[in-house]
Order: sequence, then structure tokens, then C-alpha cells
Amino acid sequence: MTPWSTLLALAGDATGSWLAQLKNLATHPWVVNLVAMAVILGANAAFFAVITLLERKGLGRIQNRPGPNRAGPFGILQPAADGIKMITKEDIVPERADQLVHFLAPLVMLAPITLALAVLPYGPQLVAVNLDAGVLFFFAIGTAGELAAFMAGWSSRNKYSLLGAMRAIAQMISFELPLVLSTLVVIMMTGSMSLVEIVAGQGSAAWGLPGWNIFTPWGLAGFLIFLTAAAAESNRSPFDLPEGESEIIGGFMTEYSGFKYAVFFMAEYFGMFAVSGLGITLFLGGWHAPFPFLEWVPGIFWYVAKLVALVFGFIWIRGTLPRLRADQLMNFSWKFLMPLALLNFATAILWHATAGWQFPGAWLCRWLVCFGIVAGAFTGLGRAMLRRRQVGPRIYRYAS
Amino acid sequence: MPGFGIIKGLKETARNFFGSYHDPGRFVTIQYPEEKREHHENYRSFPFLVYDGDPVKGLRCVSCKICEKECPPQCIYIVPEQDGSGKLLKFPRIFDIDVSVCMGCQICVEVCPFDSIKMDQEFEVSTADRFGGLILNRSKLAKSNEYYHQIRPAEATAVDAQLAAERERQQAKAAAAKSPAPAAAATREKKP
Ligand code: SF4
Ligand code: SF4
Repeated sequence: MTPWSTLLALAGDATGSWLAQLKNLATHPWVVNLVAMAVILGANAAFFAVITLLERKGLGRIQNRPGPNRAGPFGILQPAADGIKMITKEDIVPERADQLVHFLAPLVMLAPITLALAVLPYGPQLVAVNLDAGVLFFFAIGTAGELAAFMAGWSSRNKYSLLGAMRAIAQMISFELPLVLSTLVVIMMTGSMSLVEIVAGQGSAAWGLPGWNIFTPWGLAGFLIFLTAAAAESNRSPFDLPEGESEIIGGFMTEYSGFKYAVFFMAEYFGMFAVSGLGITLFLGGWHAPFPFLEWVPGIFWYVAKLVALVFGFIWIRGTLPRLRADQLMNFSWKFLMPLALLNFATAILWHATAGWQFPGAWLCRWLVCFGIVAGAFTGLGRAMLRRRQVGPRIYRYAS
Repeated sequence: MPGFGIIKGLKETARNFFGSYHDPGRFVTIQYPEEKREHHENYRSFPFLVYDGDPVKGLRCVSCKICEKECPPQCIYIVPEQDGSGKLLKFPRIFDIDVSVCMGCQICVEVCPFDSIKMDQEFEVSTADRFGGLILNRSKLAKSNEYYHQIRPAEATAVDAQLAAERERQQAKAAAAKSPAPAAAATREKKP
């Protein structure tokens, strides 16, 4: 149905009472979708504003500074001030840039991420689009971000932009693999690609622990791999090479200013919310309360609480770790995360195969065995990666 | 085990995060306009003119223009006062320093034979008027000797002592010139 036919139908329905019309209108799929879109965009934009302030405050505290505290009491008006600043700034497009692509890149960055946000279940009834292959859709649409980064870098006609774009492409493609592999375990164990069903599968509590996937060894390992890869996917520190302010100015965003820069910035945060939301859905039980007696609290509350916790974790990590070097980044992805994610499969299979064990303490036994496999792989791979190729002092033939 | 370094780092940053809330001593920054850092006595920003007593008549400057000539970026402009007959007086009518050009080198202070120009410690000189607002004229430059004592106690005391000694010497000389034969003074004057 197109909007036109909606309008025609509404006009034709003039005989009905005004209220009935309103009800018709309110339940029309177009209107419902529009409202859902507006709510998702508005809520995320508001959350984005709050998080930028909290991030700056938190980073400040981590560095023993008070953080922004000038705009309004405790700096709570800082996001508004930032927004006004961004909007009123001059929007400069380089003369030799590819004008159209340069203009489109921020939009191409933001649009798919908002689409990805639409498939996440925020509460028992709160899911904008319930797709059968929600996970697949999420990743398929999420990869458009790579295209946008390259569009921005290439069209700017600037070496820093291009370098940033190259880094972005290399990094995002490398980390896409561990990201998807770590989610595949969940899909395998749940037997569904629908995000709604994955959440539903984590509802039952056992042993006083919630039935979230993170409380299984494969879930724990998967979650950690997912979190690391998600940080890299959303260009968060310590994987912020594509921006790398201290090396390549602003990466693919170097030639952007004003509102377009703000859109990039927003897309980056939306991306972080989206992958965090996926992580919550896959591993942290989605909107489920941690304990059965807390079920009366609405699901959206638990979702937001978990999201804030995850985002805060990202901020904490950003305040702690220095940026990786490009070769370290690649090694980390291909030589560490990838094999670990593959091994996690074996753990999941073992966990599944031993589900029938009945003797007392079977659960603990399974847990320990599976955890041992993952932890052993973690240690071994980590040791192998950290081993130095070259021992002893380096010899310079000419310099010394 | 690899990865534990990260946990150590996270612990450290968490300690900073919570510590900065209950222990303000951890703060490495100061809230600038409200609190200011104490600066060293030798800290200097731009020059000012010292006066004793009256802000206009008490200026020590005799308008000798040495500083004007020596100033490397040439940012001092002096016009001496004249009396009715056009004779130059030992007093500046105009004394301007363009602080947008001044580089704070303190050379004017070094060369002034009368200890009349000294370096200030005032650094908040920003202004919305970048031409007129950054040219300090005589009345803006004039600051009392008490102020000088306040910002640089040691140096100002030394300068005061030196000036007092000089004055005493002058007085002694004047007294000596008055009482004995004026011939001694006359012979000295003849020397080239
Ligand atoms: S401090 Fe240096 S630059 Fe400034 S007025 Fe004195 S001599 Fe000139
Ligand atoms: S400030 Fe000192 S050097 Fe400059 S004109 Fe006055 S007396 Fe001469």
C-alpha cells in the first residue's frame, strides 16, 4: 500500500466518525512504521547526546580531570552546546572533491545503521521489524558502513582521508569475520536466526543464574570475542586507527566539517549502540531481567541498563588502552580472534553433545571442561602471538 | 597469562575514576578563571611603568627613549613632554607599548637606566578590540611602586635600596659642591 492509497482510503472513509478514522490511521502499517522509525531515531539521538557527555565526563575522571563542567550545572548542557556549534559551523567541501560522493558518504554511513537498529528487540513487544533472519540482515546492512568510509575517504581527495579509508576498510573487513563467527555459535545453539527467538531462548533461569548465553563457556568466550570485534567494527579505541587523530588527523573524516561531521560522529555512536544491542540480544539475554522476581520491571528498562553498562565498558576501555599499530591490529584479528572463534565452535559442539549427561555435578563438569578448552586456546594463542621473533639487542649496521 | 595486563590497566583507570570523586587532590587541572596557579616571582608578561606617589607626576621615566631604541620588535613609542617654549621635559607625554608586538624579552627593562620600566605579571590582556585594545598607553602602563613590591618583592626591594643609595650619593655630591670652593666643580666641567 502506498501513502497515496492510504490518503484516498482515508478520504473515502469520510462517513465514519472522526475517532474511527483516527483509529484506522493509527493502526495503519505505514503510520505504525513511521512512528516506530521516529521513536527509534529520537530515542537513539537522545541517548547519543547523553552518552557523549558521559563519555567526556568519564574519560576526564579516568584522567583525573573533572571533564566538561561549564555549560550548565555539571556541564549537562554540553551536548546542546556541541550540537549548536556543529550546526552553525561552516560546511567546507574541498574544491577538488567529488562533490556528490562527498555529500552522500555521511548519509550512507548513517542510514544502514538506523536500519540495523530497527531489527533489535527492545522489549517483549518492542520490536520494529521482526525478521526471520534478523542476524543476517543486521550484518548485511552493517557492512554498508565500510562502503561509506571508503566513499568519504576517496571523494575527499586528501591523502589522510584516503589513508584513513584504507585502514577503515582493512580493519572492518578483518574484524567482520570474528564478529560473525562469534555470533554463529549462538545461532547454532539456539537454532534460529531471528533475534526475537534468540532472546526468547534465554529466558529460563536455572541454578539461580539467568539463562543468558554468557553463562555458558562458549557464550562467555563468544561474548568476549564479540565485544572485541564490535569495538573494532565501530572504530572504538583501541581500534580507532581509521581516525587516528594523532597520526592521520581525522582519517576519512578529515575533510568533513560542520553538520556532516556531526552525522559521521552520530553514525559512529549509533553503530556502537547497534552492535552493543546485538551483543545484549545474543549473549546478555536481551530484555530479560536477571532474576525471575524482577520480571515486573518493563523489559525496555533492562535493555537500556545493559546497553548503558556495555557502552560504559567501551568508554572504560577507551580510557585505558592505547591505540594499536596497524600490523598488531591485523595479527590480532587473523591470528588470535579468528582461531579462537573457530575453536569456540568446537566448545559449543562439545557442550551440545554432552547435554545428555545425567550424573550429579554434570553441569559443573561440562562447564569446566568446555571452559578449559577455551581458556587453554586463549592462553596458547596469546602466548604464541606475544612471543618475540627476535631476541637480544638489535644490531644496526650503519647507524651505531 | 596474556590479557591480564589489560585487567591491570582497567583497574588503574577505575581507581582514577572513583578516586577523583572523593579525593580532589588527584586533580591535575585547576579550574582556571576561578582559581589561578601561583606563578614564580620571575614570571614576566609585558612591561609597565613604575611611579612613586602620583600616577602621572610620579612616573620615574625621564623619556630618554633608550628603551624605544633598544626594543627589538620596535613596539615602544615615546613622545617627550614639552614646555611652552618647546624645550623637552624629562617626562613622557605619550608612552605606548603595542603588546600585540611585544615579545616579553625584558630588554627594555635591562637597558632603562632609571629603573622606571619593569615587567608585569598580568597575563589576562585579551580584548575584543585587537587594534586599540592591545596598545597600552601611559595611563594603562603606569603602576605604583607598591604594586611592584607586591608582584616581585625581592627585586623591588633591591631596586629601592639602589635608588636610595643613588639619591644619597647625589645629595652628598650636591652638598659637597655647595660648601667648598666651586672651583673644583668648574675644573671638572672643563674636562672633555
Ligand atoms: S619586553 Fe622586549 S619587546 Fe617588549 S617592549 Fe620591552 S624590549 Fe620591547
Ligand atoms: S622607560 Fe626607561 S629607558 Fe624607556 S624612556 Fe623611560 S627612562 Fe628611558
